[in-house]
Amino acid sequence: MNDRLRRLWGMIRKESLQILRDPSSISIAFVMPVVLLLLFGYGVSLDAKHIPLGIVIEQPDTASQSLAGAFDRSEFFRPQRFGAIQEAQQALAERRIDGILWLRNDFSSRLLSGNEAPIGVFVNGVDSNQANITKGYIQGTWLAWLQHFAAAQGRDLDLPVAMEQRVWFNPALNSRLFLVPGLIAIIMTMIGSLLTAMVVAREWERGTMEALMVTPLHMGEMLAGKLIPYFALGMGGMLLSVAMALVLFGVPLLSPFWLLMLCSALFMLVSLAIGLLISIVTRNQFLAGQVALVVSFLPSFLLSGFLFDIHSMPEWVQTITYLVPARYFVAILQTLFLAGPVWPVVLANAGAMLLMLVILTALVVKKSYKRLD
Amino acid sequence: MIPDAALSFRNVRQVFTSGEHALCALDGVSFDIAPGRVSGLIGPDGAGKTTLMRLACGLLRPALGEICVLGLDVVGEPQAVQSAVGYMPQRFGLYEDLSVQENLDLYADLQGLPEDGRVARYDELMHMTGLAPFTARLAGRLSGGMKQKLGLACALLRAPRLLLLDEPTVGVDPVSRRELWAIVYGQVREQGMSVLLSTAYLDEAERCDEVLLLHQGKLLGQGPPADFSAEVRGRIFQVGAEGISHRQLQTRLSQAPGVLDALVEGETVRLVMDEAGEPKAASLLPDLDEVHIKPAAPRFEDAFVARLKTRHDSAAALGGLDLHIDSHGDEEVIQVHRLLRRFGDFIAVNDVSFSVRSGEIFGLLGANGAGKTTTFRMLCGLLPASGGELSVAGHDLHTARAEARRHIGYMAQKFSLYGDLSVSQNLRFFASAYGLRGRRQDKRVAWAIDTFELADYRQANARDLPLGFKQRLSFAAALMHEPEILFLDEPTSGVDPLARREFWVRTNALAEAGVTVLVTTHFMEEANYCDRLVIMAEGRVLAEGTPREMKARARSVDNPDPTMEDAFIRLIEQREHKEKGKEAAA
Repeated sequence: MNDRLRRLWGMIRKESLQILRDPSSISIAFVMPVVLLLLFGYGVSLDAKHIPLGIVIEQPDTASQSLAGAFDRSEFFRPQRFGAIQEAQQALAERRIDGILWLRNDFSSRLLSGNEAPIGVFVNGVDSNQANITKGYIQGTWLAWLQHFAAAQGRDLDLPVAMEQRVWFNPALNSRLFLVPGLIAIIMTMIGSLLTAMVVAREWERGTMEALMVTPLHMGEMLAGKLIPYFALGMGGMLLSVAMALVLFGVPLLSPFWLLMLCSALFMLVSLAIGLLISIVTRNQFLAGQVALVVSFLPSFLLSGFLFDIHSMPEWVQTITYLVPARYFVAILQTLFLAGPVWPVVLANAGAMLLMLVILTALVVKKSYKRLD
Repeated sequence: MIPDAALSFRNVRQVFTSGEHALCALDGVSFDIAPGRVSGLIGPDGAGKTTLMRLACGLLRPALGEICVLGLDVVGEPQAVQSAVGYMPQRFGLYEDLSVQENLDLYADLQGLPEDGRVARYDELMHMTGLAPFTARLAGRLSGGMKQKLGLACALLRAPRLLLLDEPTVGVDPVSRRELWAIVYGQVREQGMSVLLSTAYLDEAERCDEVLLLHQGKLLGQGPPADFSAEVRGRIFQVGAEGISHRQLQTRLSQAPGVLDALVEGETVRLVMDEAGEPKAASLLPDLDEVHIKPAAPRFEDAFVARLKTRHDSAAALGGLDLHIDSHGDEEVIQVHRLLRRFGDFIAVNDVSFSVRSGEIFGLLGANGAGKTTTFRMLCGLLPASGGELSVAGHDLHTARAEARRHIGYMAQKFSLYGDLSVSQNLRFFASAYGLRGRRQDKRVAWAIDTFELADYRQANARDLPLGFKQRLSFAAALMHEPEILFLDEPTSGVDPLARREFWVRTNALAEAGVTVLVTTHFMEEANYCDRLVIMAEGRVLAEGTPREMKARARSVDNPDPTMEDAFIRLIEQREHKEKGKEAAA
């Protein structure tokens, strides 16, 4: 072994031993992914199901009972009956229910006479997203019932356009399939930026960096010695997440595995470069942790399109998302898992990550010198 | 310039700027260090020692000047220098979560030590440092002295031609310190190594071949330690007198004509005179009959003080203090009986007992990790004891913590005032924290500013004060409520000898005013200022008594006039001997 390799190996061995002995590194790399995946896989869902809905029927008869029965049977709703609209409105105000379906006493007569929209709908607009979903589902259930009712009456419903929809790539419209691949990007950001930033800052804080610097060790060897173990750790976390996604949540992987690994490795390097840069600039564990949270983790969470759709963000926020590396990786992940290797998407996003890597690496190299000032 | 110098500085200047403040850490420093010798870089905290060390290994770039290490230009070829020297930073540069062996392996890899020579070198170093039985232990679980030796072993792996050690002995027990010096000299002899070692302990100067004296960024002098002490030869005397307490004696002597410096040393007072020649008892202490004056051997610290202190400084020494203390006569105001404190399975304080009488200066002497600060925190009611009894001013700390706290003032080890507040704001805050209001508060704040000579800094933010003034401010804050008991935790750590003297003058004045003072220190010689003290190691009390009694334990034919450090080393050796005896019996 020549000296250069021996120094690199010494650093890698030391760093690996430290990872193995530090419970926080292991938990961030392996426990956190499991917790996050279970939380997002089972707990958080963007689909509306079992929406608490108040139903007010002022004059019960066959038609109104049939409509209410349609809501009862729907898996989207958990209906509750109220005797009067005032009671239902009170419940809405107290957020016990998310919406009200109001069938007035002239409901049946207007329906039979063929007049329009005899139902009243209230939704709680505090959570606008939830309100839109509720409104849409109520409308859908109403239209479906109306068609069914009309067919039973033996007459045609004169709706202007009959819509026939087909959902591609996630036919069951299951948000879990969409969240879990994106989550892999979050987990890798956490290991790459947050953990790395704090671990390298720790060397500065404890004064060991000073001792390392006054040895034949070159800066490049030191950076590589730091990066390689954390790269392995991050890819380990990624493999764990992929395995859980495939086995536990039944997310399909419609692309070759090597392509997923290649893109993940590229993203991992970008994350590590950010972590290194933060630690070199802050040189303090607490500060490094805070900066990594604000600069890397939160944007990956909020601005990557993992949870919130980028196209529905205001223009200027959309511009900011171009600076978030996770944005590109989330797009790649969702494509690779759910749609297959769509090359234009993969190449464009991978290209953006590569550009970021080059810029960040240049910054790290420029900022890291064997001096304390 | 010496042609083959191991290290040379030429007009080196280093300035640190933070915001609008610029601090000149080194100012026009020039020197050469001859190869094959141990050079000591000596100076108090803030003198610029660490900056100089870092400049020498290329970790900092000088603002001005040239630095040459082993014939290499540091500014031009920092990597070459870093590959050639051995360096141990403060706190030793060890990975605490790696074992002793893993630390050695890492540094052997980094320094490019050939595989086939490793086992022999490891063996040699582990034997030399006495770490051989502990190679599998995590570095974080070693004692302070063992960490220091492991750090040294890591820096020595490849036997560098120049070894730079930044404060390797600070806070480490005297036995480990003595062993470190032995190892360093061994390496110089065997390998022809050159060593530059920095230290804040002035008494270590005498162990160096050559001394570089650094003060406030300036090099005050360079030469063999004997040359420094020679400057004050014939000016050092020990004075004892009957019918006067040693503290009053010290106060009187420091104001006597011709006296540059007077320092309590056991039951006598050590004098540095303005000029050589034995002073007359009649001129020093005209009204006392029995005065014994005898010449003493000069020490490095005497020379340091003689160089820096002027008559004007000593004139500022305090007389009486305007303090109103409810004195308790001669009763025991602090009683500690079989005190115990555990942290998990680690016993920090183990079966500690002592008692302190009213108006005494009582010392807790020991290395870092001996349990001094933990004992203090329990006495102040900041930390509950795991076992044993302790009472302060008649209040049991298990049951009446708040009452006990009202009677005590506490000065923490680190500067713990508010850096963003001005001097007078800090004082007002502490006064109100102790429940002083209105006119009484005004009076106390005025008293503090007057007594501690803080008037010039009244509006300055505490953060920007010079170190000595920070210490005065902490001292003043602890005295705002006129406590009858004062706890001082490592008050002199890092302050220069002049500020240290001033501190002890004030402490003496407090004791004269009736305040009971409990003080911890790891400076062995400071134990001389105490009336009584305990020596602690690894959580236990090794001995209790007056400084004279302590030193008497170490007196022998070879060493008729032992220092406190000799006494300390003797005690530790005795204990180790006893433990070995026990093990053998078992």
